[in-house]
Amino acid sequence: MKLRVNGQDHEIDVEPDMPLLWVLRDELGITGVKYGCGIAQCGACTVHMGGTAIRSCQTPASSVDGEITTIEGLGTPEQLHIVQAAWIEHQVAQCGYCQSGQIMQAASFLAENPDPTDQEIDDAMSGNLCRCGTYPRIRAAIKTAAVNLKKV
Amino acid sequence: MAKVATIARRTFLVGSALIAGGVAFGIYEAKKAIPNPLLDDLDEGEAAITPFVKIDSNGVTLITPRADKGQGTYSIQAYLIAEELDINPLRCNLDPGEPHQAYYNGVATGDNAPFPAYDHGWIPDHLRDILSSVGKIMAFQITGGSTSVADMHERLLTAGAVARETLKEAASRRWKVNRSELKTENGAVIAPDGKKLAYTELATDAAKIDPVTDVALRAPQNWRYLGKPVQRTDIIAKSTGTQIFGIDAKVDGMVHATVRANPGIGGDVKKFDASKAQKMRGVKKVLPIKHGIAIVADNTWRAIQAANAIEIEWGPGPYPATTDKMWEALQASATDEFLDKRWRDDGDVDKELASGKVITAEYRAPYLAHAPLEPMNAIVKVEDNRVDVWTGTQIPAFVRDHVASLTGVSAANVHVHVFAMGGSFGRRLEDTYVLQTTEIAMAMKGTPVKMTWSREEDMTHDYPRPMQLGLGRGTVKDGKVETYDLSSIGQSMTRSWFGRLMFAPPGPDMFLVAGAWDQPYGIPNYRVSGYAAKEMAPVSSWRAPGSCANGFLHEGFLDELIHAAGADPLEERLRLMIDPVSKKVLEAVGELSGWTGPKLGENRGRGVAFTHSHGVPCAEVIEVTNTPSGIKIDKVFVVTDSGKVLDPINYEAQAFGGVNFALAHAMNCELTYANYAPEQTNFDAYQGMRLYQSPQITVKALENSPNIRGIGEPTVPPAAPALANAIFAATGKRLREMPFNKFIDFV
Repeated sequence: MKLRVNGQDHEIDVEPDMPLLWVLRDELGITGVKYGCGIAQCGACTVHMGGTAIRSCQTPASSVDGEITTIEGLGTPEQLHIVQAAWIEHQVAQCGYCQSGQIMQAASFLAENPDPTDQEIDDAMSGNLCRCGTYPRIRAAIKTAAVNLKKV
Repeated sequence: MAKVATIARRTFLVGSALIAGGVAFGIYEAKKAIPNPLLDDLDEGEAAITPFVKIDSNGVTLITPRADKGQGTYSIQAYLIAEELDINPLRCNLDPGEPHQAYYNGVATGDNAPFPAYDHGWIPDHLRDILSSVGKIMAFQITGGSTSVADMHERLLTAGAVARETLKEAASRRWKVNRSELKTENGAVIAPDGKKLAYTELATDAAKIDPVTDVALRAPQNWRYLGKPVQRTDIIAKSTGTQIFGIDAKVDGMVHATVRANPGIGGDVKKFDASKAQKMRGVKKVLPIKHGIAIVADNTWRAIQAANAIEIEWGPGPYPATTDKMWEALQASATDEFLDKRWRDDGDVDKELASGKVITAEYRAPYLAHAPLEPMNAIVKVEDNRVDVWTGTQIPAFVRDHVASLTGVSAANVHVHVFAMGGSFGRRLEDTYVLQTTEIAMAMKGTPVKMTWSREEDMTHDYPRPMQLGLGRGTVKDGKVETYDLSSIGQSMTRSWFGRLMFAPPGPDMFLVAGAWDQPYGIPNYRVSGYAAKEMAPVSSWRAPGSCANGFLHEGFLDELIHAAGADPLEERLRLMIDPVSKKVLEAVGELSGWTGPKLGENRGRGVAFTHSHGVPCAEVIEVTNTPSGIKIDKVFVVTDSGKVLDPINYEAQAFGGVNFALAHAMNCELTYANYAPEQTNFDAYQGMRLYQSPQITVKALENSPNIRGIGEPTVPPAAPALANAIFAATGKRLREMPFNKFIDFV
């Protein structure tokens, strides 16, 4: 099976029903994407498929259709994505375990909706669980990112 | 170990019973200098100045032994050292170090003194000092109780200063210039003529001289980093997916495992059939372990799939099988037989209750899972005379000792490599998951075994926050609260938890009544009693242990009495307050929220609550609206006083994080039991809080308290009662049991 992740092609030999999450983490060693629940309830496993946020724990390897981008492919410490820069500016992360998924969800959401209302932010982000309760800063970072994305 | 256990037992006796005759474990032991663990395996050209600073030609490493579960303690430890060392911590390496006596937690043991935290009389403070020395002798290395900053700030500032002066001494010898004429800045020593030597260039010289220990600490007004907005040291890694948690760790040649153990914790495996699992792709081994079965495979998902394919018949758990039976057990425990201790008994409660009109209420708090987002995991490699453990833990020294005792390898040869944790909330004060991994690794000598629990395994094998029953009785007179009597009935968290770590401590358990007996109210007749029910599902510390439930019991019932008295909830609390620092906190939350009484207009209301926990007074006002689709939490105002705030940005994050954590569970969460096992096995049934429910939260920190304390937990206890009291103000409905969504809808 072929998989393109963060601009790199991979040939993988896995069961068709192995979730993309575990292909990324245990077969390819890409660990920015996290395991939290395995049933699409927490969003820690969020990655982009063809630019759209998906829950990789509920995406069988065989159904992957399009290039996968993980948090590592979105931006790096040296070259941050605007959403990541906003997350850093607002110091959103506490334990940080959910934040890869939050950032991937926010990046995909802002690409679709560059000028979201508060209600739209609530709706788009409520599938991503944060046990530390960082939500006030997630809201603030999304607003900052929305402004900064428009400047590009 | 035997000696340490004796000392520890005595500590708990002292901490919980009486102080007659003082404690005689020897001043010598307490004053004895602790060796520097970093000196044990230094390489050529490396200098270890104090147990907290290591320098070689490549860089400066700051040792941050308190474990980071999201509260930002790695960062503040680094800034504390860096403040006096004159270096930017963002350009240093951070390393939690291996467990060692040098990293003991004295405040964690000191806080066991049986006095309310606001009482700073000679006897309470003296006893805290003595108990703190016990922490040192026991090498009690633990991250918890919001103690890291309280316990470490002076030690780390001093470590930074000692390292700085030692580096200056090394430069002074090289340059033949008096040390007092040298300055330090940005990781370098500077001579009067302007020439510079980077610390890294001085490592070899510094390693050869004795540390300069005669140092004075800078005055807070001269601080460069502390007290000012700074960047958390881990914030870039945590925003780019480059933070390595325990679950991300890789060790060459490792295999992937998972475990299914009896969810009736302590129950056996009666029989199992793994024939199907054994044939599944990637499966390497099926291994019976204590109370369960382990699967080893070449991929975590394959291991979990195979584990789920094993048919297992579990034996019963050693406690009541259902939640109903558990509540019955608690209700039957409110008798003299189970009285653990009457912690407070002011005035004449019995006389007042016999004479006046008595108001009664029953309060309930459920079992709660910690459910950090990173499921429990560990990597263990067992060799003939060495064991390595890679994991996130709040108790590295206990992990080392438990693994040593399980494997028979001496503790000196058990190496615990600690990782950042994806949440914990007290969960990783336990180490069952490490011991299970060790069992598997012992059967696969030489192979590193990475074990990851499924979410379902994690939810059903937590040691939860104990359920708690509160029976309140009281009277009011002339518009005032006159009598307050609270019986708090639950399991002993301390005996359950510490029984697994070391031994079940004798004496009464202060956590049974924490957040209730130790509140700074001067109610004329005031009694708080703890009743210890028999152990049921084994329990552990959950963010703000004791007070997370008792804060609700205590402040919910107090609000009822104030209402019955016809008094204002804030004014009456202010009138009763006897601690000046706490009183200012209550006054400030009134100002911040614009308090004018509990009514806020049509379908709106506000509630106030106050809890003194972990040495910190915290008051919260919550505003709600009763909308057609349920209660909406509009605003939360939080005022705390934990002394000087060292990191204002992270302080605010911990303060509002604690509020959200508390509200999440107060609204939406409980663990109920059927057939000995929790019925909520994943986040579909244990929702926590989602972003749409997160209110606007305003935090204000006063700095009147002379003691610097931590803020990871103190904002948790008042949140649930402030919400319940607000809902009462908005709807007239009094909520006496969590979670509230059993009785009322939330937006």
